[in-house]
Formats: sequence, C-alpha cells, structure tokens
Amino acid sequence: MAAEPAMVRFFLMGKRHDVPRGLTIQKAMEYSGYRLLRGCGCRGGFCGACGTVYRIGSDYRLKVGLACQTVVEDQMYLAQIPFFPAVKATYKVEDLPPTAETLISLYPEILRCVGCNTCRKVCPQEIEVMRYIAAAQRGDIAKVADLSFDCLMCGLCASRCPAEIVQYHVAILARRLYSRHIAKPATHLTRRVAAIDRGECDADLEVMVAADSARLKALYNAREIEPEDLEAAGQE
Amino acid sequence: MEELPEWTCCGATFSMSADSAMGLVAPTRILASAKEAGKLLTLCSFCYNTLKRTNRVIATDAEQRRKVTTFIEEDYQGNVQTVHLLEVLRDEIGFEALAARVSKRLDGLKVAPYYGCLLLRPAEELGFDDPERPTILENFLKSLGCGVVDFPHKTECCGSFVAVSSPEVAQACSARILDAAVKQGAEMLVVSCPLCQYNLDRVQRQVQAGRGRATGVPVLYFSQLLAIALGCEEGCLHLGEHVVDPRPRLSKWLGQTSQATALV
Repeated sequence: MAAEPAMVRFFLMGKRHDVPRGLTIQKAMEYSGYRLLRGCGCRGGFCGACGTVYRIGSDYRLKVGLACQTVVEDQMYLAQIPFFPAVKATYKVEDLPPTAETLISLYPEILRCVGCNTCRKVCPQEIEVMRYIAAAQRGDIAKVADLSFDCLMCGLCASRCPAEIVQYHVAILARRLYSRHIAKPATHLTRRVAAIDRGECDADLEVMVAADSARLKALYNAREIEPEDLEAAGQE
Repeated sequence: MEELPEWTCCGATFSMSADSAMGLVAPTRILASAKEAGKLLTLCSFCYNTLKRTNRVIATDAEQRRKVTTFIEEDYQGNVQTVHLLEVLRDEIGFEALAARVSKRLDGLKVAPYYGCLLLRPAEELGFDDPERPTILENFLKSLGCGVVDFPHKTECCGSFVAVSSPEVAQACSARILDAAVKQGAEMLVVSCPLCQYNLDRVQRQVQAGRGRATGVPVLYFSQLLAIALGCEEGCLHLGEHVVDPRPRLSKWLGQTSQATALV
C-alpha cells in the first residue's frame, strides 16, 4: 500500500496552499504565512472565534469546524467566519421573568423558525439548535439552557438561518434566566461566604501570612481537601 | 401512548402554494419521527390538518417526497397515520366505553359543539367526519352526559388568522357563532382548535354587553370537559386562564368526589 502523500493541498479563500499533512486549519494557515489577528482566540476549542466553513472537492455538502480543532484535508476549500452581525438585546436579567414571553419580546424572530434544521447541521458542537429554539418558543427555559450548554457562540447557526434568528443570543439569555431564577441556589456557597464575612477564616490566613516558605509548603501538603466531603463522609 | 421525545411547531398552516416545499419540511420531520409507531396522535385541529395533509403530499407526490426527504435527510415514505384524540375516542375506545368510565356525568350542562374549519375540511383529504353534518363532537358530549345544543353555525369559520390583520372582521365572525349558539340555549361551547378558542373567548371581551351580543359564554377545549368528567384534578385544567371563567357554571363538578355522582 502506497504511503499517503506527505503534503495536502487546500484553498484559503480561493488561494492554493500546500502544507504538511496533519496540521490543524489554524496551523496550516500559519504555515502558509498568515498571521492570525482575528478569527483566532483560545486555540483550544473553547472560545468559538475560529468558526470555519469548507467544502471538500466537488462534494456539495457544506462542512464546518473550528479552525483550531479541525485537521486540514486535501482539496479543502475554506473560509473563516470570525464574526457574524447579530442583534443582541440588552436587559437586566434580574428583572426578567423566566417565561416564553420574555424570550419572544426580546427576540420575536424566534417565532419565524420554519423547522429546516440547518442550524443543527451547521453547528460545529453538534448542538440541537432547532430543538432548543422550539423549546424557547414553548418557554421551556431549563431545556434551552440544557440543550445549548456546549455553545461556543461561534455564530455559524445565525449565518445560515433563513428566519434570521440569532440562536446563540437566545440561548445565553435562557441560560442566564435559568441560573438566576430556576436553578437551585448553591447553599454551600452562601454558607461559606457568610463564614468568611464573619471572619472565621481570618486566623488561618494570618498564620499563612506569617509563615516562611518551608512552613507554607508543609501546610499545603497537609491541607484538608474538600472539607465538606470529609464532614459528610464522617456523618455517614 | 408515548410522547415524542422531541418535537417542533408543525407550522400551523398547510401551505396554500402547491410548489412550495418549505412548509412541508417541519411537518414531514415530525411525521418521520413517528414512523416506528406508525400512528401520530394530536389534540389540535391545526396540527391535525397540517400533518395529515402534508403526509398525503409525501405519500402521493414522488417529486415533493424526494425534495423534502433529501433535505431533511430522512427516509420517509408517508406511512404515518395522523389521528385526532376525538377519533381515538370514537374508533378505538368507543363512546359507549367512554361513557362507562365517566365518574362525574355532566348532566344538565348544555353544550354547543363547535367544529370550525380545520377538523373537517378539505373533507376528501381529512376524512374526519361529514363536513356538513358532523356528529363526532355531539356523540362525545353525550357520552360525558352533557345536553347537546345543535346550532347552524357549528362549521362556520371563527375568523382564524384574520384576527391579526383585520380584527373587526374576525370579531364579527366569532360573535355571530356565539350568538347563534346562545340563541339555541347553549351555556358553553367546546372546541378542538386553539385559534377558535382564542377568537371565540376573546371576542367576548371586545363586544359590548347589552347590545344584542352574547357575552359570558365559556369556550372550553373538549379535552377540558373530558378531564372533568373523568375526575381529573382541576389544577391541570387552567380554567382560570380563560377570558370567560367557566368555573362558576362548572362548580357542581369541580373539587367534588366522584362518589357523589355515582348514583346518577
């Protein structure tokens, strides 16, 4: 069996480049001499700045990926979509009830969804975008928050939506409403903040401020890990 | 009976344009998601009309089927039968069997059945009931113990979407239906369609009482009366969200144990 050629040929906005096989799109662009100022952020697949659309050869299917995560392929024709114009409502989440009416009044275009599912097909995170828009129409805020949790806000869904919906802004509003009004408050956090406010940690802190390096290392190595877990284990 | 794990709006309107495929996309995906079951149940007249007519296109028009199913990337041949809850009650459970299960007979309640358009027409596509002289709601109401009020406007249009563009036209349609029903002695109307419910209920806030127009006539979903007659908890019925509160007229059957009516 013949070994695969060491180089692949890809096309960046129509311009041909030959690069070593196995590079990510982002590294292939840099190998080809580009310096990335926009459309490049965390380089770790989390920030969503490097949304990229591409086709392979003559296959009609439009493909997508994050440039920092997707390996460049032979006959890949690509362009980056580092930014997509998107309306964004301004609001104070404290003042908004977590209802369908809130979502619809701030983003009335969600009712224009025709159910084509193009958003789902274009999502590099494989999020069920159309499903969460359906949940948004019904006012199921918890479901929108849950389904959209892995969204990086790369904007590719909005770029393809025939109803001109900006799905990821609807989703982040739903996640804010969820955490503000629906999710159970973190009682352990409230208790800990109150304890700090009462000064219960002050003495321990003063010990550390006064300690030298060797003493600090010893304290660190002997530290209590997840004290509440230990407490809970002790009670059982 | 199993709820679909995921669903979207069906589009709520069957496209009037024969060569438009976009309106078929969402209902076809919903139908395809039920293809294992082979039968899809709905409560809503809009869903019933849209899903059933879409399925007919997919089953009979090879060109549209190819276009829509390749777009949604589903192999779907149009094998799902869309059924309305009233049809299930009539054909699978049977109104006699339903009557036997009623724990609170709604005796003495005079109800006008209102069909509107979407359950019945186009009759050759839907095959739901006789489009001019339907009887399914009448028989349903009788099985709950209600007195059925016949009236000539039960298959007239309530004004439907015209309520958005020309509200006064829709109001006139709805008011005429209510007046006709009340003239025949109806205390309330039952419907299956959310837009009929909206138009008929809301118009009573807009027309002026005492000017020859019927007001204070509750408009309920058939499923709400069904739930009351079967002894369901009132809390799940949202009766307080109607414009015309039906609870005063229904107080005899609400929050009462089913044993009290077992003697009837």
